[in-house]
Amino acid sequence: MLGRVLGLYLALLPSPDPPPILDVVFPSFPRHDALSALTRGPLRFLTSAWPWRSLAYLSMSGLSGGAVLAIPLVLIFKLRAPDLVVISVAAVLTVIFVRLIGLPFELWRLRLLDPELAAQVPIRRRLAPRQLGYVVTSMMALWWIDVGVLVFSLGAPLLLLSAPLQPDASTWLGIWLAVLGGMLLFVSAYPMTAWMGARAALARAILFPQDRALGEIVRSRARLVDAFEAERRRIERDLHDGAQQRLVMLTIKLGLAQLDAPPGSPLATELHDAHALAVDALAELRELIRGIHPKVLTDRGLAAAIQDVAGHSEVPVKVDVLVTERLPATIESAAFYAVSEALTNVARHSGATRCSVRGEVRDDLLLVEVVDDGVGGADIGRGSGLQGLADRLAVVEGTLVVSSPVGGPTTLRVGIPCRTGSSE
Amino acid sequence: MPDRQLRIVVADDAVLLREGLVGLLERFGHKVVASVGDPDALLAAVDADTLDIVVTDVRMPPTFTDEGMRAALALRRAWPDLPVLVLSQYVEQTSAADLLDSGGGVGIGYLLKDRIGDIAQFVDAVVRVADGGTAIDPEVVRSLVSQTQQPIHRLTSREREVLALMAEGRSNASIATTLVITEAAVAKHIASILTKLDLPPATEGNRRVLAVLAYLRDTDPP
Repeated sequence: MLGRVLGLYLALLPSPDPPPILDVVFPSFPRHDALSALTRGPLRFLTSAWPWRSLAYLSMSGLSGGAVLAIPLVLIFKLRAPDLVVISVAAVLTVIFVRLIGLPFELWRLRLLDPELAAQVPIRRRLAPRQLGYVVTSMMALWWIDVGVLVFSLGAPLLLLSAPLQPDASTWLGIWLAVLGGMLLFVSAYPMTAWMGARAALARAILFPQDRALGEIVRSRARLVDAFEAERRRIERDLHDGAQQRLVMLTIKLGLAQLDAPPGSPLATELHDAHALAVDALAELRELIRGIHPKVLTDRGLAAAIQDVAGHSEVPVKVDVLVTERLPATIESAAFYAVSEALTNVARHSGATRCSVRGEVRDDLLLVEVVDDGVGGADIGRGSGLQGLADRLAVVEGTLVVSSPVGGPTTLRVGIPCRTGSSE
Repeated sequence: MPDRQLRIVVADDAVLLREGLVGLLERFGHKVVASVGDPDALLAAVDADTLDIVVTDVRMPPTFTDEGMRAALALRRAWPDLPVLVLSQYVEQTSAADLLDSGGGVGIGYLLKDRIGDIAQFVDAVVRVADGGTAIDPEVVRSLVSQTQQPIHRLTSREREVLALMAEGRSNASIATTLVITEAAVAKHIASILTKLDLPPATEGNRRVLAVLAYLRDTDPP
């Protein structure tokens, strides 16, 4: 709660000059879990809900695990005659407790661990062996570690915090130690949240071992994009073979007709205008085809297509693309559109005088970088086409990094995994 | 009507366009001795001794990618003096450079297919290439030059003269005769031009073409 309030307060503070923007977009799976929270800046992490969630979750472990341990211990040692019957009764009671209280409780508190995961677990349905396995693991084994992490993380800071209350400590030393303890308290959020993250990963692994549903969604999305790509290529081919050829023919015919028309006659003027219109239509069609799916990309691959699009840029572009092999069509296409979009942005918004495109395949990763010397200040969030680009890259599990401080330069970096040898 | 009647072979797999090309060239008084639809037929139809120029599409069967370009390059290897004009639906830089480089850049052309519509200019280009000149699509020039950013004004006036003659597709010997200097001097000028234009140390011929393109951009902006 405190974190929320503090976070809100910080958000309401007037921000200084726009900072250099460095947005990393992993649009394929925007995850909100403990581990990704840890990778944020300390301020963002500490003001997030995660430290508190971790504290709550790990404390609960003591409760449920302790209860499971307590039932047999109390039975056995209160009766002081641990025989087979007592042990059996204890075992049965423990199982009943686990089934009736422990199980719903464990599954319920998953929402602290990972809300997405919790949403996928049907709590009141028939019990799946997998869920039972998870609950038993959690209540029998993991809770020890939960409590251990809690004690280890909070023990030292709380001890230090209590220093002023110790009778034999001097006041100043006590205060100093308390301040130290307070600082350590912030540090302790890290191991707790880290263990939470590990716990969530474990829960995910036990409850949804292959993440089958998600895998199917990814595959179906890839199939969809493949279908779109195929369709784009088909349209491009049809336009080339049909409309474009006929328009060229039309311009030839109109050109020939002009030769036969009496010079200066109204007919010659009309034919001249008609010819000009046909030439314009042809030019527009060529631009359209370039936008749909450039032929040069299909035929010659990424390097040639980037050369081609760079050749049309208003801003001079230096191209250095060292990708000689052919990559899967969807990857080539995504990378090409990234460059194309970037060059459009450079021409429209940047005011750059020069620009460079570099590309290479390194460690099964296609890297493409577009740098310009313009005014900078591009922002993924502000509808500059970059969001659409990020979405498009997401389909091929690509990433987009934009660095565009106000004043420039702007660097746009695209990474797309391209396991050579895989056909997808 | 032309000064002379050219004997032309036309190759394009699209029948409609091929017939259009034939009609166009014949309308201007030239003779199309063969019109073919695939690279094998093209190679078979070429009789270099009686032919003035080959006009071919890049895209041809069987794969419809660059068969026409490869046929054109094969023709140039077999008969470096045979003028060839290649028509393409898009600019492909590497093969464009290869083509313009073939046979020392004499009698060679690379135009976008759309340019056929400007019939007078197109037929001019055919005649120019047949006469040993060059016809380079402005788009090719733009594509190549936008990346190199050469400061062409750094050249001396003599170097520009040499470059202009290179652009006409002249050989070193021919340039030397025209400017009344030695061939060694021409070679020296060319080396200096290449250095001044910051052309990458790729193959000599490729640099020569790039230099020409830089010149074209400066004198005849698209």
